[in-house]
Formats: sequence, structure tokens, C-alpha cells
Amino acid sequence: MTSTNSASVAAVEAHSREFLVFSLGEEEYAIDILKVQEIRGYENVTRIANAPDFIKGVTNLRGVIVPIVDLRIKFHLDKVEYGGQTVVIVVNVGERVVGIVVDGVSDVMTLTPEQIKPAPEFGVTLSSDYLSGLGSLDDRMLVLVDIEKLLTSEEMAIVDRVSE
Amino acid sequence: MDISDFYDTFFEEAEELLGDMERHLLELDVDDPDAEQLNAIFRAAHSIKGGAGTFGFDVLQQTTHLLENLLDHTRRGELVLRRDIVDTFLEAKDMLHDQLDAYRNGEEPDPEAYERICKILQAMALEEMGKSVEGGATAQPEAAVSSEANPEPPVTEKSDEPPSGDASPSDAGSGRLSVALIGVSDKDRETLVEELGNLGKVLDQKGDAKRYVVELETSSSPDDIEAVMCFIVEPEQLEIEAAMGSPASTEPPAQPKEPAADMAKTDDPVAATPPAVGQKAPGDGGWTSTPAANNPPTAKPKAKGGSNAKSGGESTSIRVPVDKVDQIINLVGELIITQSMLDQTASELDGVSHGALVNGMSLLQRNARDLQEAVMSIRMVPMDYVFSRFPRLVRDLAAKLDKDVELITEGKSTELDKSLTERIIDPLTHLVRNSLDHGIETPDAREAAGKSRSGKLTLSAQHQGGNILIEVIDDGAGLNRDKILAKAQANGIAASETMSDDEVWQLIFAPGFSTAEQVSDVSGRGVGMDVVKRNIQAMGGHVEILSRPGEGTTTRIVLPLTLAILDGMSIKVGEEMYILPLGAVLESLQPTDEDLYPMPGDETLLKVRDEYLPVIAVQEVLDVENACIKPTECIAVIVQGEGRRYALLVDDLVGQQQVVVKNLETNYRKVPGVSAATILGDGSVALILDIADLHRLSRNKKEARQAHLPASSHKLVPLKEVEPS
Repeated sequence: MTSTNSASVAAVEAHSREFLVFSLGEEEYAIDILKVQEIRGYENVTRIANAPDFIKGVTNLRGVIVPIVDLRIKFHLDKVEYGGQTVVIVVNVGERVVGIVVDGVSDVMTLTPEQIKPAPEFGVTLSSDYLSGLGSLDDRMLVLVDIEKLLTSEEMAIVDRVSE
Repeated sequence: MDISDFYDTFFEEAEELLGDMERHLLELDVDDPDAEQLNAIFRAAHSIKGGAGTFGFDVLQQTTHLLENLLDHTRRGELVLRRDIVDTFLEAKDMLHDQLDAYRNGEEPDPEAYERICKILQAMALEEMGKSVEGGATAQPEAAVSSEANPEPPVTEKSDEPPSGDASPSDAGSGRLSVALIGVSDKDRETLVEELGNLGKVLDQKGDAKRYVVELETSSSPDDIEAVMCFIVEPEQLEIEAAMGSPASTEPPAQPKEPAADMAKTDDPVAATPPAVGQKAPGDGGWTSTPAANNPPTAKPKAKGGSNAKSGGESTSIRVPVDKVDQIINLVGELIITQSMLDQTASELDGVSHGALVNGMSLLQRNARDLQEAVMSIRMVPMDYVFSRFPRLVRDLAAKLDKDVELITEGKSTELDKSLTERIIDPLTHLVRNSLDHGIETPDAREAAGKSRSGKLTLSAQHQGGNILIEVIDDGAGLNRDKILAKAQANGIAASETMSDDEVWQLIFAPGFSTAEQVSDVSGRGVGMDVVKRNIQAMGGHVEILSRPGEGTTTRIVLPLTLAILDGMSIKVGEEMYILPLGAVLESLQPTDEDLYPMPGDETLLKVRDEYLPVIAVQEVLDVENACIKPTECIAVIVQGEGRRYALLVDDLVGQQQVVVKNLETNYRKVPGVSAATILGDGSVALILDIADLHRLSRNKKEARQAHLPASSHKLVPLKEVEPS
């Protein structure tokens, strides 16, 4: 299993972390690979009425009902298409399993602490609260997303607030 | 295997036994106790004692031992039951429960509480046993049984004696005993000698602090004496033996047969079986065989505990961790889906050339459904599991509050998922306490109000529209609107005189809210209701209050099904498939123009047999695209939920099927109008609609849409409110 391997690798290369790199439009984003459960195609999603538009609905993942979030809509990308290439990354956040729709998954990168730069204050659509930094790798720039913080945030409306 | 591996089994079993014991004690008719029930109570105590001995839970074992002795006297009619004796037994049972909990948490039980309960039981033993001396023979089997079951050291001690002196345990009638106190302080000794004086006649006493011997003429068995004394001294500090020259020791060896026979006769099967196996000696070898039974103290109860465990539960049930059951349920769910997929494929094949396959498929379908049903039923437990703990609570509380309360339970057999039954207990307990404390008035006040002196508290459970409805109904004073409002204002909670009753009742769920004038230890600290509400919401349910001044209060808990199979009706709206809980569906019909009455504000009423029902279109509430819009082209499904009845417009009825309810909130959140989800035959997800919530959602949507129109339209729609039956 990837996660076990990466865990041991991470232990060997002290403090280096592995990230799964995916693309949304032109940008490259990365999330901690330990959060990733699996990658699958986009299919068979049941719409949920009266939910925000970036919540595509729920799907059946081997008997578990999993919500599907389209990050492209959440990040206001112009082109949102669903095709054979559309990929769902199934992530584990907290106790939950959530699928996120992205344009494509490219590779798995190992980043050393030196390669991770703090995220500057920016972004209206993606608050820097949800970023764990920027990864610079040669001439590539990866936006490191704290997927757990993002998906459990209030604006994602996936988690019921206790205060309700 | 380490013996500690069995701890959990013991704890669970002991818990059940204590539950049984309590149930029987509560059902017991004090004036004319049922022998079977007394036996059952005794057996429970006996089994717990055996188990406790095996695992070395000394405090628990000794407490049970004392209780068991008393119970034994009771079941043989030597101790006449009184209400207060039953109360004491119940108290002892509670204590045992506490001790059990302590052991479970790896702690030693509270020694003070232990001493206290021992004293109480001792006092009762002293008081009551004095009356039971008449039949020496009756004490005899008791002694035999107790010494059999008794793993305490004195038994070992006795074995050191020459066989001739060993007749003491079976000492019949008035006999002489020599009780040696080893290493007992002067002060304790005085008390002990005094106690012994209560049990019989002290003939002689001599010795020093190291070993003090009291010669006693008594009709009590050594075991009783020990039981009486062991709350002051450790059993190790006691040595009881028949004094030389006592009548007992002169009796011929023929005596041994008697206790053995007696034992077999009077003892119940549970107690009798182990000795029969481990001890055929008493039958043929007389009391010389006692040493054989005196293995190291722990060895014997072990054997006993084991056999008790078998007779106690394993013959009729097995314990299985819940996750294992859940796993099976999930797997069977998967199997059903796979089967449906296969079925779909097979149905496209030519039935003639693939006859065997088609037959096999239908067989598979039937088997799979049966399997699913059987597996599902594993997790379901009747509400009796919950309700059965309330008679005790109500009895105790009513006594404490000087109120007369009759508890009625309805729908005991309503089945509910085990995990829910466990989580509903606490909220229900709060509600029952509240009803007793604040709801039901004192007998005098009731009489003054023209009601019967005895209050009525009803607990009811029923399935309704795919939900489980649990109600706590009292016929007490009802909620006091003014008091609640005043209190809310005093507590800084936003409240106004114009609020509807329902809104006012909701206020009592606010944290820190209590209208009780006095904080009692029953309730009134105001931490109850908000916790109740939170707990129930955490289970995905909701709670409502209906109350009428002077007539009582009904608290209604509606729990959605989390894990259950649901009889559903699949409906189609546009291209989307939804499931309606079949229980909520009353009928379906094709509306005609004559039956439809448009109302101002985008509302429509449907006339169904002299009843006007509001119409809700699913496509409108759930924003479904490409659905039929003209009501006359749709199908109206008449549904009922939470007392509301309305017509739901859908495109098509697809069929009835049982569906596996999957919680949406596991990975997502509560969706308005939807109670849960399920997986259809093709592997896709369908949402299960929540009838009551759908109505709310529809109303909210209409209100939001017409916010600019004053005088909201829903006033024009008389919602058919159905009184709770």
C-alpha cells in the first residue's frame, strides 16, 4: 500500500514529506499523500438538492456513501468538464471520507522542509488559511493545500457545525 | 490463555445477571413470593459469586456471598419478605453493580461502601436469622451448599482437622462450636463476642489477642457465623470448628448421607450440578471427603464459574462484538447489490436458452434476501431492553418524592438498532426524572385538581414513517408558560410574550434552564434538557414537547433509522430516483383538474375524499430538472409524517423494495428533506426522503421566495394537524 510505503520512506528521510500533485486548470496543487485513500474515475454521482454547487453529490464507494466536491467549481475555474480524464481523489479527513474532483493527477513528489515555503497572504477564493505552504521544485510551483482544514471548513459545508 | 481474557465475559454476564436480579426483585410479590423468582434471584447471586471468586474479585465475592445467604434463607421461606427487605436487596444489587464497575475499570471498589452494605446485610441476617432457628435441619443444607460454594479460607482450615471433627459444617440443631479469633484487637473482639452472643449462647471464652477462642452453643451454621463476622474481621482471622464433646461430633457416620441428599434435593440445578461433578465424594465417602473438595480456594470456584457460565447464557446465545456483525451486514449489503447487478444482466438474456441460469438467479435472489433479513435482525433489539430499566427508577424516585406513580410501557417489542438503544437510555432517564419531579404532582395536589391520586407515566415506542418514535407521557401539571417565559427572561434568553406555545416549550432546552423552585437531587439543576436535546441531535433525531396545562406533558423523541432496513417505495422525479419510506405512504392517485384547488401564494390543495391536502411537488422542493410540472400529469402520493398529511407530486412510481439505510452524515451532513441514503441495484446512490422534513423544507422555500409578499401565504393553508394518538 502506498500509504504504508510512504510512511516508512518518510521516516527514513527525516522530515521529508510526500505529496500527491494534481492539476486544477493551469495550476498545480499538492496534498499530503497520507490523506489520500484512492484515486478513481468520476461516475455515478447522485445529486443532492439544495447543496452548494461545488458539492456534486454523493457516490457509492464500496458500500460507503461519499460526498463528492468539485474543487474546480469551488475555486471558480472557467472550464469545468466531466470526461474520461476527470479524476476523483478520495481523501480521508478526520473521520470522514470525501472525494474531490480535479482535472488530473500528475505525480507523487517528495519535498524537503527547505523546499516548502510559507504561503503568502493572498487569495480570495482560496484563503491562505487552507494552505500549508508553497512547494518549489526546480521551476515548478506547487500550492500545498491543507486538505483537512479546507474540507472541514465552514464554507465547504460538508461538516455540520456543532453550533447549529 | 490468560484468565483475564475472560474478564469481559464475566463483566457482561454479571451485568446481565444483576439486571435479571433487579427485574425479578421488582416483580416480586412481597406477600406471596413466587418460588421460581426467588430461585432465579438466588441463582443470579450465586453465579456472580462463583465468577467473582474465579477472578479473585474478593469484595464482590464477599458481598454477593452475604446477599446469597440471605436470599437462600428467603427462598426456603425462612426469611419472610418485607418491602424493606426487598429494598435492601435492591440496594445490595446496586452496590454489586458499583463494585462490578470498579473492577471493570481496574479499580478496587469503594471500601466504605462495601463495609456499609456488609453491615446492612449483616444486621438483617442477625435480625432475621434469629427467627429462623426453629428448624435445625433447614440450616443444614444451607451450610452444605455454602461451604461447597464457599472458597473462603475457613474451609481449608477445616480440612486441617481430623475427619472426626469435621462434622461441624453440617452441625445440625443446637450444637457447640468453638470459634477462634486470630490476631483480633481487643475492641473488635468485644464486638465479635457480643455478636456471637446474639447468635447463640457463649459458654466459654479465653485466650489472648493472638488466638482467642469462644465456645458457643448455637443453632447457626459455622457459615452463618462467619458471614456475620466477616464484616469486622478477615475470614482468615476466623477458625470455626465443632467443639469437642458437642452433640454433632458424636453423631454416627451415617450423617453424611443426609446433607448430600438434602443438598441434591433442595438445591437448584445450577448450584447442584458442579458439586455433583467435582464431588461425588460426599455421596459415598461422607465428610471425610471434605478435604478433597478443599482444593486451593481459587480452584473450586473456577470450576463452578465455568459451569455457571455455560448454563447461564451460552446454551441460548453467543456474544459477538458489534463490529463483526456490522461487517457482516456490510458484506451482505454488497452481496445484494452484486446480485441485483447480475440479475439485471441475466434478465437481458434469452430465458429459453439460459433456463438454468434464470432459475439459479431467482434462487440466488431469494437466498440473498433471506440472508439479508436474517443478518439485519441480529442488530435489532426490542425496546424492552431500554424500558426494562425504568420500573426501578420510577419506583425509587416516586418513593423519594412521595408521589404515587404508575408506569406504563407500550411498544416494548418495537425493535431498534442496538447502538441506538444504548444511546437513548440517558436522554430517556432525564426525561423520566423530569416528568416525575416537575410533571406529576403530589397525590394531594392531584386530588385537589380533580385527578386520581396516582400519576401515570407512559413510555411508548413505535415505528412511524421510517422513524422510531419514543414518547414520555405524563398526566401531570403540564408546562407553565408564564413561568418559563419569566425564567427565560431572567436568564437573559430572548423570549417574548408573543411566542407560540411550541416556541416557549423549546426554551426549556436552553442550557442552564430550570423552573424548579428548588434544586433537588432528582433534577432542577438545569443541565438536563439541553443535554437531552444534544444527545438526541447527535443521533440524528429531534425532540419535541407537547404540553397542556393541567393535563400533562408529552416529550416526543423522533429518531431516524441509522442502521435498519427500510421498506421503501422508489419513485422517479425527472431522471432522479428517490425512496419514500413505505410506512409513510398512504395511497397514490392521479390527480384530476377537478380535485385541485389553487390557492393564493403558489399553493395548491388536493381534495381526496372530503379532505383537502396541501400539495408539494418534489421537483420544486428538490430542484429536479426535466420533471413533469403539470400536476395532472404527475402522480400524487399521499404521505403522512409527524402528524402531517400531504400530497407529494412525483413523476412515476417505480416499485417497492427493501433498502439498506446508509447514513449520509457519516461522511457528509444532514441534508434537508432527506433522512438517509441507500444503494440501488445498479450501484448508484438514492436518497431516502424525510416526509416531515420535506414539508418544512417546502414551506421554508415558499416563504423565502415570497418574502416580499406581506401576509405570508401559509396562513391560508390549514395544515391538518393530527393529535397524537
